[in-house]
Amino acid sequence: MSATIQEVRPLGVIGEIRARFPDEALVEQATADGIPTVWVPRARLQAALRLLKHGLPQPYRMLYDLTAVDERLRQHRAGLPPADFTVVYHLISFERNSDIRVKVALHEPDLQLPSIVSLWLNADWYEREVWDLFGIRFDGHPNLQRIMMPRTWQGHPLRKDHYARATEAERLVMDQARVDREQEALRIKPEEWGMKTADEDHDYMILNLGPNHPSVHGVFRVMLQLDGEEIVQAVPDIGYHHRGAEKMGERQSWHSYIPYTDRIDYLGGVMNNLPYLMAIERMAGIEVPARAQTIRVMMSEFFRITSHLLFYGTYAQDVGSMSPVFYMFVDRQKAYDVIEAVTGFRMHPAWFRIGGVAADLPQGWERLVREFLDWMPKRLKDYEKMALRNTILKRRSIGIGQYSTEEAIEWGVTGPGLRATGLAWDYRKARPYSGYENFDFEIPTAVNGDVYDRCVVRVEEIRQSLRIIEQCLNHMPSGDYKARHPLATPPRKDRTMEDIETLIHHFLSVSWGPVIPAGECTMTVEATKGLNSYYLTSDGGTMSYRTRIRTPSYPHLQMIPYISRGMMVPDLIAIIASIDFVMADVDR
Amino acid sequence: MIGDVMMVVGILGAVVGTAAMLIWVERRALGLWQDRWGPNRLWFLGIGQVVADMIKIFTKDDWVPPFADRTVFVLAPAIVMATILLAVAVVPITPHLQIAGDWNVGLLFVLAMTSLAVYSVMLGGWASNSKYAIIGAIRATAQTVSYEVFMGLSLVGVVIQAGSFSLNDIVLAQQDGWFIGPQILGFVIFMIAALAETHRLPLDLPEAEHELTAGFHTEYSGMKFGMFFVGEYVSVILSASLLSVLFFGGWLGPTFGWAWMPLVWFVLKTGVFILFFILLRAAIPRPRYDQFMRFGWLVLLPLSLLNVAITGAWVLMEAGS
Repeated sequence: MSATIQEVRPLGVIGEIRARFPDEALVEQATADGIPTVWVPRARLQAALRLLKHGLPQPYRMLYDLTAVDERLRQHRAGLPPADFTVVYHLISFERNSDIRVKVALHEPDLQLPSIVSLWLNADWYEREVWDLFGIRFDGHPNLQRIMMPRTWQGHPLRKDHYARATEAERLVMDQARVDREQEALRIKPEEWGMKTADEDHDYMILNLGPNHPSVHGVFRVMLQLDGEEIVQAVPDIGYHHRGAEKMGERQSWHSYIPYTDRIDYLGGVMNNLPYLMAIERMAGIEVPARAQTIRVMMSEFFRITSHLLFYGTYAQDVGSMSPVFYMFVDRQKAYDVIEAVTGFRMHPAWFRIGGVAADLPQGWERLVREFLDWMPKRLKDYEKMALRNTILKRRSIGIGQYSTEEAIEWGVTGPGLRATGLAWDYRKARPYSGYENFDFEIPTAVNGDVYDRCVVRVEEIRQSLRIIEQCLNHMPSGDYKARHPLATPPRKDRTMEDIETLIHHFLSVSWGPVIPAGECTMTVEATKGLNSYYLTSDGGTMSYRTRIRTPSYPHLQMIPYISRGMMVPDLIAIIASIDFVMADVDR
Repeated sequence: MIGDVMMVVGILGAVVGTAAMLIWVERRALGLWQDRWGPNRLWFLGIGQVVADMIKIFTKDDWVPPFADRTVFVLAPAIVMATILLAVAVVPITPHLQIAGDWNVGLLFVLAMTSLAVYSVMLGGWASNSKYAIIGAIRATAQTVSYEVFMGLSLVGVVIQAGSFSLNDIVLAQQDGWFIGPQILGFVIFMIAALAETHRLPLDLPEAEHELTAGFHTEYSGMKFGMFFVGEYVSVILSASLLSVLFFGGWLGPTFGWAWMPLVWFVLKTGVFILFFILLRAAIPRPRYDQFMRFGWLVLLPLSLLNVAITGAWVLMEAGS
């Protein structure tokens, strides 16, 4: 699994790139996930990306992720171009149904490369994030500001030489001078964001919506330039919920990081564990038994239902309908009762394990699941009457915050927000994982891509999730709930006291944690809010070398200014509700 | 004389007391409709919650923001209580039970007072010197000014039929049949307008928690907030009592020879409307501000004019034949 140069394949996307850049030394890298990965010289980056987006027959139209790796301490990188830092571009082609990873090597102290904001609008925030966390400059970026860390922060946290724990840092003293400095840094400077306070004949109001506001779903700030109640310019400001989840990944064992993933999309519960574990399992070469896969699918779908129910309720609430959210919380409790009986926990069970799940299903689980399946559909019918068919709610949401499929792809929108524009693209169907290919379900879509359609799609997804759960219930395979593999953690206990080899593996895996072979792997799931990926780099140790978490909500929020221009403040609230984000998922 | 004073104090006390109780009633009723309990711990059925809330609201730090216009900021919550309670003064609870006696301009006085109440919201929002508050105040002003028009027009039909602005006369004119029948259109329009005047969900646009955090009273705390809070419930009581007086015959109803029966009828009818207001809050989402204004001017205004024309024509025809 270690990174090696492969022979040039005549076909495939990398062959196509080579054909266009015959003189360049393009290095192809093999990765555990099989995503074509190519190292491009910095000077050729923009041309290569432009080619991928515009010049190929079935182009890579979505900038799915943009991140960086501090390579300076990495041991196992034989065959890769020398680099102090690597910037990684991850693109998706819907026509080909495949991905490509483009990497650029950078050397200290010359840490800069051309910005691609002119190519993809959603590169804006990603480049700001890389600048903020790695200190890599992007030439030509319109406003290269810190995005996660406070503006007053010193250093770039995801660099290997930046401390990871507060105890390693200088003692924090919040004296008055510092308070003043931090407060001043939070003040809105309208010009900096392209906002105007006055025009020739009238003034604008600059309104600071958030970070504490009833409708922003967490600590999220939108700076608004208002003309009356009409939004002239909206500028989202994130980072208030940043906890350094990616940095923590470099300090936790592969096993002990699992609970942290639960708290990324905190409504997604165990569904967050899945891409992380799938990436580890791929690098370690673990085959997950069918029963474990099906249990994972079932629990993931339960969390999709609870997350969508919360969306449904708060969506109705944000357009001023008071009651639905209470009914939906009742349903969520019913779902959580099942989840609790199975996993022993409610919102953040951290229940999946490397190689399977933590325990087998409890006795009598079928009855609980069956009860929930009997309960839910008639409630959904009630909600249809209560919320979706309400004229006022429709007036508030139809035609609001509309975008087309092309715009969605341009901005990196995935999940229900993409399907609401009419594109039937669901990762569970497009690239089935964890046994989704064995299930019979539809991909709900809508036509207009507005606030209302995004709700309709999610409601229908609840029904499809119920279908999937029912199939899990009826066809639950027998067998192991965890793989019989030495790296499955914690290892199965039955052979531990029988032979010394198993005992040693057991001891090492639970004391140091498993050692995952060196390599790189991105694994993606169709999470509650869109595509959620974990891009793991293992350096052959007990801890991840780099944990990149690509979350769906991050690009979705970036689109807010684009779809809320010219709308009114209440429309913005409806748009925010329809995006269905949690700030933990944005800031990580 | 002493009897009069006692009646005044009694009625006003009852109204404010009921308004305070409504906090509990509303929370329990909403709980019932929303599949949850509501406050149910303190005393019988949780009724002690009212007392606890009162203690809390009276003892809270009554903070005036340093950036606010202090005088106006303090005055604004008082205005809402004063004007609404003044309007209550002319409402005939029973023939003998009303504060101001029988005024021949009773209805006009009520409308005048509810119009004045908008100053409280407007001044409160303005004096707060806060952006959310000012947006809320602007919305409140526009909403109240617009809906005042339909509120007044929707009642013209009632006045034509009763031939008087006196609320007592209007009740007595309904002895042969409540006005809800012939004035159904007026009733619906008045109800929507009254809901808009009370600033309650679904028409709580000046507050619109999800958009403006708390709208015009964002900066208020302690008892000043409490005045707005209780003032809202007093105006709910006022609206409900007006609905029963104007369209449902007020105190009229079979008395079974019992002297207190008119009071029971009035309280019963008013209570039903109060509960209906609470039910509306639980059931309907909030329209967008501009949609709501458009609905008022393009739908309610023509309808209320139509109502006036039809009622007038009908009354003239009756008189001619």
